Amino acid sequence: MLILSRVSKHYNNTFALASTDLQVPAGETLVLIGPSGCGKSTLLRLIVGLIQPNTGSITLEGTKLTPANLLQTRQRMGYVIQEGGIFPHLSVRDNVTVMARYLRRNCDWIANRLAELAQLVRLPHELMNRFPAELSGGQRQRVSLMRALMLDPELLLLDEPLGALDPMIRYELQQELKSIFVQLGKTVVMVTHDIAEAAFFGHTLALMRDGRIVQTGSFKDLAQTPAEPFVEQFINAQRVPMEQLTKALG
Amino acid sequence: MKTNQLTGTLLLVLLIASQVRLIHATEEPLTITVGSKSFTESVILGDMLVYLAQQAGIEANHQKQLGGTRVLWNALLGGEIDAYPEYTGTLLQETLVRENLQTEAQLRQALASRGLRMTRPLGFNNTYAIGMKEALAEQLKLRRISELRNHPGLVLGFGNEFMDRADGWPGLQQHYQLPHQNVRGLDHDLAYRGIESGTLQVTDLYVTDAEIAYYNLRALEDDLQYFPVYEAVILYRADLDQRAPEVVALFKRLAGRIDAPTMRKLNARVKLQGETEAAVAASFLEKNLKLDVNLRVKTSWQRFWRHTREHLLLVGISLGMAILVAIPLGILAARHARIGHIVLGIAGIVQTIPSLALFVFLIPLLGIGGPPAVVALFLYSLLPIIRNTHAGLRDIPPAIIESAQALGLPSHARLRIVELPLATRSILAGIKTSAVINVGTATLAALIGAGGYGQPILTGIRLDDIGLILQGAVPAAVLALLVQGVFELTERRLLPRGLR
Repeated sequence: MLILSRVSKHYNNTFALASTDLQVPAGETLVLIGPSGCGKSTLLRLIVGLIQPNTGSITLEGTKLTPANLLQTRQRMGYVIQEGGIFPHLSVRDNVTVMARYLRRNCDWIANRLAELAQLVRLPHELMNRFPAELSGGQRQRVSLMRALMLDPELLLLDEPLGALDPMIRYELQQELKSIFVQLGKTVVMVTHDIAEAAFFGHTLALMRDGRIVQTGSFKDLAQTPAEPFVEQFINAQRVPMEQLTKALG
Repeated sequence: MKTNQLTGTLLLVLLIASQVRLIHATEEPLTITVGSKSFTESVILGDMLVYLAQQAGIEANHQKQLGGTRVLWNALLGGEIDAYPEYTGTLLQETLVRENLQTEAQLRQALASRGLRMTRPLGFNNTYAIGMKEALAEQLKLRRISELRNHPGLVLGFGNEFMDRADGWPGLQQHYQLPHQNVRGLDHDLAYRGIESGTLQVTDLYVTDAEIAYYNLRALEDDLQYFPVYEAVILYRADLDQRAPEVVALFKRLAGRIDAPTMRKLNARVKLQGETEAAVAASFLEKNLKLDVNLRVKTSWQRFWRHTREHLLLVGISLGMAILVAIPLGILAARHARIGHIVLGIAGIVQTIPSLALFVFLIPLLGIGGPPAVVALFLYSLLPIIRNTHAGLRDIPPAIIESAQALGLPSHARLRIVELPLATRSILAGIKTSAVINVGTATLAALIGAGGYGQPILTGIRLDDIGLILQGAVPAAVLALLVQGVFELTERRLLPRGLR
């Protein structure tokens, strides 16, 4: 269980995130959604500790996150960002195993875990010696996911993980990613601006605007009982073009 | 912690630099060191002093053609050298001008109070004169310096020392009320070539210069008695009288033995007939003092190897230390923006100090020879490496840095595993820039007696010998390319495959 209690973040006098309460039950997927600059990435970066909140606290499975236990708690989280953030100078194998090797995990354990993850994300084993520049965008995101999962974290944080991919590969990876989440039963917090993707992944959606959460609930809740007009606008903005497409075909 | 490391490294640099000095001038009790200024006459006289010391059975080194009176004077005061040929006019009008000395007795007393002595005059007065091409002088009907006033359009070019010295151009201009605007400073030997090619019309001469006859120059009469007397003497440390009285006795035998025509002939044999200073000095001593001089001629290969060794030592130590100090400074600068501004600012300021000035600043602290040269080269090598390390680290995309942070890697591990490898290309580019600058600047180190490839270049400029200049310039260029090549190879080894 991930619990955020009255967490806020401001820069000078502008709020990046107003005081926010949020709970993600273990094994569930929460999707943060909203327009650019709404604070959804800020929220994710607060959880992983890349920035520190001005107020409030974040608790992961009973452990309160502090600057002092930052390095330990990060090992219990996996973090994937849009461009993957994989290290261009390291091979796929080294990218995935870098932290495990730093922690001096057993070599056999590392090799087994690598093979296991390669299978999970369906990356052929011969790719393990390649460098990031020799991979496609989709392959790079798979590597990034492997790296995030390497130490078997309790919490998986994904910041627009599929945002930079073309629609075909994106669709394919969405399917795989969902089946991976189901298989692993991890707690997941994912950021996206795509409502269809949010509905597809999320047990719960949190729609954000101007640094605060407007409404939390299932996609159905948001679509049927919008808390304010903005929720309806946001959903319609992406739904209407799809309906027009369907009509044109009909 | 970091400051401690820094001071530690700096101390190490100084320590190693002082080792170089020991290698360079072995300061055993029975060795003396002679200095000379960077013109032929001084080098010939310096070589004579070396042979005289050897006559007394004492090993003697010659720090040839050091860059200027101030360098020699400080080196003598500091005990870096034991003796050098000097001129009374220079002492009275320049070195000790503040004391306003009038007589020779006063001069001797002023020297004694500094632990120095001088021999009686050697026999020639090498005063300055103002000269121009005989044909041009005839055409303009110029015989006296005061007549220059009527020709304000002439281009004047003076040796750098003459240009700046109180008893040089500033005083001359005032004394004669000369109106000339087009006045430049350049190397004394190059001035003759300027006169010959016609880009200059008037220059300063040393009365004993061989070139006066060779280039067919007319020395204008000093009709308002501006130039003082420049009697040549040997200036030496008073303690030499105790350490090696027999050497001082031999030095004194030179007094009164060299008149102006003789000195002019000796200069001409080197500058015009291509004999070495050592050979000319030896034959003079054999003929005039009936000494049996053991002329040891070094082959050009021996000289080449010596210069190569000296140059490599200067470059190797200074660049190696610079790499060890500059990379941590660059990292520090990249991690703390405010410290970064300060570090880059200071390194930038150091870079703007002219190299010869920096060499000379360091002489009071470190003496002449290797140590100040190594420290100066070390300082010059810092900026490119610091700047490129800083830039290389700052240019890493934030997504990469944040990914490394999010993995839970602590700061030092991030640096080692992610940031430094990604900045490798930039850091090595900085090191290559430093290396090339270092090899080039090290040629100037010869001016303060540190040897290296600058030695043949200096001598070549002095003797107008292109071959000799090339003997220094070509190996220096080749060395710069080699050093760069070595780092290219290193780059191939060090650069992660994913970045190639």
